[in-house]
Amino acid sequence: MLVRELRRILPAASVIDDAESLRPYECDGLPAYRQMPLVVVLPETVEQVQQIMRLCHEQRVPVVARGAATGLSGGALPLADGVLLSLARFNRILAIDPLQRSARVQPGVRNLAISEAVAHLGLFYAPDPSSQIACTIGGNVAENAGGVHCLKYGLTVHNVLELKLVTADGELVTLGGPALDAPGYDLLALMIGSEGMLGIVVEVLVKLLPMPARAQVMLAAFDDLEKAANAVGEIIAAGVIPAGLEMMDGFAIRAAEAFVHAGYPVDATAILLCEVDGSNEEVSDHVALVRNLLLRLGATEVRTARDEAERVSFWKGRKSAFPAVGRISPDYYCMDGTVPRRNLARALTGISELAERYQLPVANVFHAGDGNLHPLILFDANQPGELQRAEDLGGEILELCVQVGGTITGEHGVGHEKLHQMCVQFTPAELNQFRAVKAAFDPEGLLNPGKVIPQPRHCSEYRALGPEARMAPSQRGGEGA
Amino acid sequence: MSGAADQTGPLQQQVAEACGSGTPLQIQGGGSKAFYGRPAGAGKPLVVTGHRGIVCHEPKELVVTARAGTSLEELEATLAAEGQMLPFEPPCFAPGATLGGAVACGLSGPARPYRGAVRDFVLGLRLINGRGEVLRFGGEVMKNVAGYDVSRLMTGALGTLGLILEVSLKVLPRPEQELTLVQERSEAEAIEQMNRLAGQPLPLSAACHDGLNLYLRLSGTDSAVQAARGLLGGEMLEKGRDYWRGVREQTHGFFCDDAPLWRLSLPSAHPPLDMPGRQFVDWGGAQRWLISDQPAATLRRTLERAAGHATLFRGGDRTGEVFHPLSPALQRIHRQMKRAFDPLGILNPGRLYRDI
Repeated sequence: MLVRELRRILPAASVIDDAESLRPYECDGLPAYRQMPLVVVLPETVEQVQQIMRLCHEQRVPVVARGAATGLSGGALPLADGVLLSLARFNRILAIDPLQRSARVQPGVRNLAISEAVAHLGLFYAPDPSSQIACTIGGNVAENAGGVHCLKYGLTVHNVLELKLVTADGELVTLGGPALDAPGYDLLALMIGSEGMLGIVVEVLVKLLPMPARAQVMLAAFDDLEKAANAVGEIIAAGVIPAGLEMMDGFAIRAAEAFVHAGYPVDATAILLCEVDGSNEEVSDHVALVRNLLLRLGATEVRTARDEAERVSFWKGRKSAFPAVGRISPDYYCMDGTVPRRNLARALTGISELAERYQLPVANVFHAGDGNLHPLILFDANQPGELQRAEDLGGEILELCVQVGGTITGEHGVGHEKLHQMCVQFTPAELNQFRAVKAAFDPEGLLNPGKVIPQPRHCSEYRALGPEARMAPSQRGGEGA
Repeated sequence: MSGAADQTGPLQQQVAEACGSGTPLQIQGGGSKAFYGRPAGAGKPLVVTGHRGIVCHEPKELVVTARAGTSLEELEATLAAEGQMLPFEPPCFAPGATLGGAVACGLSGPARPYRGAVRDFVLGLRLINGRGEVLRFGGEVMKNVAGYDVSRLMTGALGTLGLILEVSLKVLPRPEQELTLVQERSEAEAIEQMNRLAGQPLPLSAACHDGLNLYLRLSGTDSAVQAARGLLGGEMLEKGRDYWRGVREQTHGFFCDDAPLWRLSLPSAHPPLDMPGRQFVDWGGAQRWLISDQPAATLRRTLERAAGHATLFRGGDRTGEVFHPLSPALQRIHRQMKRAFDPLGILNPGRLYRDI
């Protein structure tokens, strides 16, 4: 019935409902959770999206939007009784305005494609999540994506000027605009990071920044994790805002080195990669300052990339750290908590204690400058119980982040994955307020229902387990996959 | 510090009582921006100035958390002592301006196009909603995507969605060097040049045009600022700091006028607007001040054609809509959002728009 109606709106090839063709849509970048959707639609125009939403609204059918499906929290996990709306065909850059420094793009445009399209103008789009080759701007908006350079250049919310979105009842609304602000509530900021629960983004106006005249990266080796963590805060306290400030632990260093031969010191306990950019003079000043500081703070070695080739090589090791770890372990589970920088060492120690208790190795590769941890839990899904143990360990790591003053997700989103931890981070009244915000946009609860905001019953059950019971994997509540 | 006090309890009680009786509340801070927005109607005053004090400032974290009644003066002095600053340069307009008022009004100074607006630096806050519940959103960390971004939604909402109790802000190190260059330019030339320069890797931190001259502020390391100065040329302005303070605080001569003052927000590269009245171009072209007696409707039509919007900032007829009217679809979302936070409509009703 619904499928027949959808075929009236869209060409036959844009409506998929046979099991074999639906299969690729059953999960996103977190394959631990899988669900076949009722039907997949691939609209090509804003009008088609509006028609689909009107139809689904009329029939009270839930809709999950999907970009490139690189998300790591199960945010684009389909619903068995719902429509999966893919924005893959919205893949055009509509306009570039060099003087105004903005680009108008469709949501299915890949993140990196924007920077590539404006490079000849000396401009770039700043947020650069690790998946930037594949992930799309629509998904970046849904997750408020960050990346290596957000310490200096901000997150998606700081780099988007305007969104056009289709509401749950099919209306087209514009939030923000080409000016620096818009009248009324800052709904643009609210929409960014709302994980597809408030509207379907169909057009994005992004801000472009001038490419820095020069960038220089330094690699500092440490024989002690705490010294490295301490250096992070000291660099920033010295008045330098690095373009990127990343940390890798020994496990990650060795995995990356074995994989891409970046020239990393494999006997180090931790390394920091610190990139400074700006004018030629500024970079020279900052390199000297940071170098001396790092040595004074106990770095066993500080290397400044001699040329562009070495700079690229230093970063290549960092960027390939996830696949490098993937090479040595059958499976890995990537976490995403943020802690205040001053508690980095405490969080890392806590993580290694938890890893010990769960008997699973954890590698750490992360955005140290903004305290955004990405512990990688290594496991083997073919060993009975290991996936569950990895998930339990992950959940505890996130709760540890909350305990030390941080948050359960810095840039991957809550999605389906972190519903339990939302109950830990927020009070029932706060969760209720989130539900009211959702209802203001989507009173019938048709957009990506069940994600991000746990139901009150879910939380009361989870809280009732108590901290002791929650630690026992066998007794953990939850819906699983 | 002197007079620091946590009044969360009494404030919550007052909101809860008002909620019980359906009594509208008029949130009052330092009163420095009482002129802004639509006039406060009848309602019981809810005074926040006693809820003050810096809760936490960790210089290495680049984060400061303070209660809403803390004066901007105290906050800025605390940051300056550690070589830091509020990057968005909030205007005070009068002594006694508070942090809560700065965030609720969402106003940013000359650095806005280059460093960001208030909302860009809000990391988290605590608030009391219209049901009298104390809620906390966001936090003290740079990256946080757990739940909706309610903290930024509060910025510029003029207290109509919640009483802001406490705000955590990202702060930045003060630049080592700062100087201002002056060049004689027509308005059209200045707008074009400001936009061109913003697309180049220069340590630009403010750019305005007063009708005769273009003013460019450079901030950064001494070496970077001197190099850019050589590249750009122009006269160096003495007392550059005072000049920009005048622009931010509206003590600059341009603003000394009793006629209505409009704030026009539009795409920065838009050519000069041909309108009756006097204009001052700030924010590299993206914010233009207009002193004019033109009817609101005519003015707003012009701004809509320019893809911008107009706010009646000071003076004029404030009984109508002061902020640019919203499209019907957006109006509906605004009403629903108001209801989501303040179902009885007791928080600053009518201050932002007549019906919310």
